[in-house]
Amino acid sequence: MELEGLKYIGIGLTALGFLGAALGIGNIFSTAISSIARNPSTESKISKYVFIGAGFAESMGLFALVIALILLFVA
Amino acid sequence: MAGTGHSPLEQFRINKIIDISVFGIDISFTNSALFMLLAAILTIGFFTYSIRKSAVIPSKSQLSAEMIYHFLRNMLIENAGKDAMKFFPLAFTLFMFTLSMNLLGMVPYSFTATSHIIITFLLASILFITVVIAAFMKHGLKFLSIFMPSGSPLWLAPLLIIIEFFAYLMRPVSLSIRLAANMTAGHTMLKVIAGFILPLGFIGGWLPLLFLVILTGFEIFVAILQAYIFTMLACVYLSDAVELHH
Repeated sequence: MELEGLKYIGIGLTALGFLGAALGIGNIFSTAISSIARNPSTESKISKYVFIGAGFAESMGLFALVIALILLFVA
Repeated sequence: MAGTGHSPLEQFRINKIIDISVFGIDISFTNSALFMLLAAILTIGFFTYSIRKSAVIPSKSQLSAEMIYHFLRNMLIENAGKDAMKFFPLAFTLFMFTLSMNLLGMVPYSFTATSHIIITFLLASILFITVVIAAFMKHGLKFLSIFMPSGSPLWLAPLLIIIEFFAYLMRPVSLSIRLAANMTAGHTMLKVIAGFILPLGFIGGWLPLLFLVILTGFEIFVAILQAYIFTMLACVYLSDAVELHH
């Protein structure tokens, strides 16, 4: 195994970072759905926080993409 | 796709439009500068136009300008308290500038200025330095008490202060990377999916086209949402400069 190939294996492994983002977004939406099911009148307030939280959780997965891009083009 | 086609990362290249060189320093007018200038002109133009004849019963553009104003004013006061209105121009500028740059990037064949980390890092650094200087001016050396949350045991202090300090330094970094990575990833994915359409031909090409339409709509939503998250976090960080919570 040459060192050049190992670098690309490392870059591919950074894709596992999206697992965290997927779990986070799944958690946010599951809690949102069950809380709207309990109390449907708070739907608009909960929806506002759902999208903000989804934006944060998505960004954590995109930090993994940044690592992959750094490895690919800089190192 | 690799080889004969265009790379999906080609859209982020900075191209010089007018070559200017002063004393050997390259300050040419690039496409990044063009789109930032366009974002500034559009924002200033929209707001100047909409309040040129301000009436008590507003016209449609005046109504939308007032809606944006109230939206940001509520966000700032909700997060940082009533005294934070002196930072309102900063928060308003950050929001409108990032929103305009993000949305201008959704126009086909244009350049997304916020996809470059140097630009988002500049915006986040301006905010961070403003917060630090304003906090030191207002609270003096008591500002350093944010690194030691109240109610934590004293023997934990050295470790906790170091951890809190680095977490504080991470704030502008995470703020800038969040915006830049969202824009870069979104536009790269759009280009990759678009590259599938023509090779699949007339029979199979409608599927990536449909996906591309939905994804473009989602990208517009992400553009607005990321501008909102940037400004909301800016308001949260500004609350440290106005009042100490810890």
